[in-house]
Amino acid sequence: MPEQSFHSAPAQIVLRDVVKDFGRNRIIDHLNLSIPQRQKVALIGPSGSGKSTVLRLIKGLESYQHGSIEVAGVSVPEKRRGWHWPGAGKPATVHRVGMVFQQFNLFPHLSVLENITEAPLRVLKVSEEEARARALAYLDMVGLRHKADAWPGKLSGGQQQRVAIARALAMRPQVMLFDEVTSALDPELVAEVLAVIRTIAHEQQTTMLLVTHEMGFARDIADRVLFMEGGRIVADGTPQEILVNPVNERTRRFLNVVERRDTSQPLAEWQTPTAAL
Amino acid sequence: MDFDIAFAWSITPELLSGLWVTVQVVVLGFVLAVVAGLLLAIAQRSPLPLVRAACAGYLSFFRSTPLMVQLYVLFFALPLAGLTLPAFATGVIGLGLYYAAYIAEAFRGAIDDVPAGQWEAARALDFEPATTWRRLILPQAVKPLLPVLGNYLIGMFKETPLLAVITIPELFQAAKQVAGMTYRYNEPYTLMALMFLAISVPTSLLFKYLEHRRHA
Repeated sequence: MPEQSFHSAPAQIVLRDVVKDFGRNRIIDHLNLSIPQRQKVALIGPSGSGKSTVLRLIKGLESYQHGSIEVAGVSVPEKRRGWHWPGAGKPATVHRVGMVFQQFNLFPHLSVLENITEAPLRVLKVSEEEARARALAYLDMVGLRHKADAWPGKLSGGQQQRVAIARALAMRPQVMLFDEVTSALDPELVAEVLAVIRTIAHEQQTTMLLVTHEMGFARDIADRVLFMEGGRIVADGTPQEILVNPVNERTRRFLNVVERRDTSQPLAEWQTPTAAL
Repeated sequence: MDFDIAFAWSITPELLSGLWVTVQVVVLGFVLAVVAGLLLAIAQRSPLPLVRAACAGYLSFFRSTPLMVQLYVLFFALPLAGLTLPAFATGVIGLGLYYAAYIAEAFRGAIDDVPAGQWEAARALDFEPATTWRRLILPQAVKPLLPVLGNYLIGMFKETPLLAVITIPELFQAAKQVAGMTYRYNEPYTLMALMFLAISVPTSLLFKYLEHRRHA
């Protein structure tokens, strides 16, 4: 059993028999998933397969109908909290789950620095100096310290996404969720964002889940790859097993399609010239 | 047509004291309208159907009846029910409640226009709902709303002659009194018009400035 090695560390994220319906569509279909601490997991699969929904469920952005979800031993409630109503209660901050979105979602009325300091200041209640020091350290890490006082609207997409990553990291999350973070970027801006994520994967102790279409990148940084289809995990294994020598027929066909537009890296040796056209 | 500058100068203090009353009513009424309008806009998102229904009822009532009628009700009908307010307070409340209904609708639209991604980003960073509103959503909603609020403020200002009917000694009332006592109409009414202009135009410029102050 190749899965055996994944469960050596204690499980940090556990989804048990989770079902999520949207209207009459089943988005997540009795999904079971256990992710140990510090594992870097890539979720791949065709669009509409439920990859992003898995991340959103773990963050508590979506309600679900059946099953249970736990992050670091604390359950993520089935019902989504009504955060569109100012009288709604506190969210469960104990989870310390950070999330980065496809569309960056920086706060346009705050400077780059304020975007990063706002949550540590208001949510974690750290001091002004601490928040500022943290923000500058993470801006350094994503190579944007010189943009601290810029407005988000003045930055390129790649820069905005790097700020969004710094903003999430400033909360010192135990888990980082990356939801197709390069999909909205122009091709020439993808590399800088992937480089930042690669750095985090190597330097930070966080557990990481990435929904991505960049197969070379997934192979590069992931310890484990999940192939999803129809709201289920169809294949689960090491990058070697899933991406290099896919046993699963459906995975193989999917990879043949995506590899044609993978922009993250020059051709890898495992890509046949025809597949990489 | 003759315009006696010396006479105009002599009646200016009276008109200015009327203008001062007008400005006070409008400023206080506007503050009330913005606060009540914001509360109404937020209450419309309440999870309680009863609260939402009460808001809808409020908006419908205040937007479907003339302001003058509302002022009459406040000033002449409420005292019969044992609630007597001074004319000035009645004017502030009347203007405030009426404009609150319109400003609530403007707020609702502006809040709806804040992209869903902003709410999700706030949620992803574990902001409490109240902080999300105060620090992230409302600042973004208010910016495009500034010209609308400016228009309502000027609109309110231009409605103040109505307050004469409930005996508030505002600018229009003051001009009318001068005219009635001196039988000269040219100077007081011209001065009155210039004073309205002198407030409206800078106000509109101020809101334009506020709107363009920050480029985000």
